[in-house]
Amino acid sequence: MTERVLLRHVGVPGQEDIETYLRHGGYEALRRALRELSPEDVVEMVDRSQLRGRGGAGFPTGRKWKFVPKDAPVKYLVVNGDEGEPGTFKDRTLLEGDPHLLLEGVILTCYAVGIRKAFIYLRREFYQAYRKLERAIAQAYEHGFLGEHILGTDFSCEVVLHPGAGAYIAGEETALLESLEGKRAMPRLKPPYFPAVMGLYDQPTVLNNVETMCCIPWIVKHGPEWWLAQGPPQLYSVSGHVNRPGVIEAPLGTTARELIERAGGVRGGRRVKAFYPGGTSSRPLRAEHLDVPLNHESLAKLGSMLGSGAVIIMDETTDMVRVIARVCAFYREESCGKCTPCREGTRWVTQILERILHGRGRMEDLELLESLAKNMTGTCFCPLGESVPPSLRAGLEDFRDEFIAYIRGAREPVEMPVRIREGILAPGG
Amino acid sequence: MLSEAVREEIRRLAARYPVARSALIPALLRAQEELGWLPPEAMAEVAELLDLPVEAVAEVASFYSLLFTEPVGERVIQLCTNISCLLNGAEEICRYLEERLGIRPGQTTPDGRYTLRIAECLAACDQAPCMIVGTERYGPLTPELVDRILFGDGERP
Repeated sequence: MTERVLLRHVGVPGQEDIETYLRHGGYEALRRALRELSPEDVVEMVDRSQLRGRGGAGFPTGRKWKFVPKDAPVKYLVVNGDEGEPGTFKDRTLLEGDPHLLLEGVILTCYAVGIRKAFIYLRREFYQAYRKLERAIAQAYEHGFLGEHILGTDFSCEVVLHPGAGAYIAGEETALLESLEGKRAMPRLKPPYFPAVMGLYDQPTVLNNVETMCCIPWIVKHGPEWWLAQGPPQLYSVSGHVNRPGVIEAPLGTTARELIERAGGVRGGRRVKAFYPGGTSSRPLRAEHLDVPLNHESLAKLGSMLGSGAVIIMDETTDMVRVIARVCAFYREESCGKCTPCREGTRWVTQILERILHGRGRMEDLELLESLAKNMTGTCFCPLGESVPPSLRAGLEDFRDEFIAYIRGAREPVEMPVRIREGILAPGG
Repeated sequence: MLSEAVREEIRRLAARYPVARSALIPALLRAQEELGWLPPEAMAEVAELLDLPVEAVAEVASFYSLLFTEPVGERVIQLCTNISCLLNGAEEICRYLEERLGIRPGQTTPDGRYTLRIAECLAACDQAPCMIVGTERYGPLTPELVDRILFGDGERP
């Protein structure tokens, strides 16, 4: 096992203080960049590191930066700290554990892309992270890492911390921009206008995830070859039926079996039935896929994805119908209502699953669910609605007998997972 | 209805952004911190401070789950019941909370102390099942821990 990189100082007492961060080599990457590297050099290093965004879509970071027009007079960096994909908690872990690492990545990115103003958007539920980051930003200003003429150079940069107010959809990059502009978090049409060309306030905007930003200081400090030789380091949020849930740093391409082992094994010594490899937007996989390398390519081949790296383990006692119903109910709850396939699709799917769980399902419901999955694929305005079919398909293809057991009465009807129950009770729900 | 201190803070917030409207969510959160929730008069006041139509404020306030357009208890409980918490007994915790507080999700205790809300994933699955009370996060929850958080040590954590 290689030494920890991204998590190296997470858990170190006082790491959120700039003095501790500096003692561990903090802001050395920034010093190095300002002294020895041109902005173009930094972009090249990140490009050669093959870093791919850690927010879910996995887009190459260096390429994203290169899309931004060089000569634009005003450009922005927006950091997506709206971590909300169910099962994902690595950004929160980084924010609470090493806030200056994020800041250093932010400042380096601004230097590389020629940006003078960055916004860090944190979901409202990150109260603790917000307090720590607020303090870290103030310390960075005091130490001259932010503000005018950083470290005596011509480079100036400011950072504004911005809270969300409770909306999963704000994690979608264009919805996040709307939210940051003081509007409802509803996604924008793209193409033609990608944020790199027309983003915040219609200006060119780089949007990167928290973990992505935390990779930058390491890449700049030690170089892309070193970075790749470390794995490259990837954070997996491992939760569900494991003995020690937590964020695990492992080389990209580690298998779920290895992660389960590092998480202390399956609770009660039971066997795995299924697992989500990349949050609830990815297609859940069966136990036979425990040895598949968790990387972008291998998972795409299975019709799934690495997404945010959230590995959710479900043991053999898990009721997959209830799990999938809960997942679909989440998307119904969080659908912004802008487009019909998502707004109506998530609602229909949830109602049908509810009916099946209540013992009132019909065999035709399975075909209906299949047709809904088909009609929600490639038709939704943004990835939110598109996140429902992967779970649904896995349910209908890999765990069909569990659905049939409810429909045929071989399984006792059960109460809804709690969110759905509340949905029924809520006025208009 | 907002204090002069909060009004001043909202003006300062607006100056942080190239476009004042960006300060809307932080401003509403600040108003809510002072008042507990966002009565229509408070929304109108924020609208005036940011030079926005009151409709623009209302449509934002009604969209986000943590902007409260109706009164809530002194302390809002956000209990996660999403997948990792569900797999770890969040429903039992929910039932326990309902029983101990005597309310259903979405309701406020008659004494106005607590509002129980079902939250979506709080990004703390390593503490599943988990909840946020006020601005503090707790987990993994057991009935005993719930009691300690809500009723222990002179009734306040």
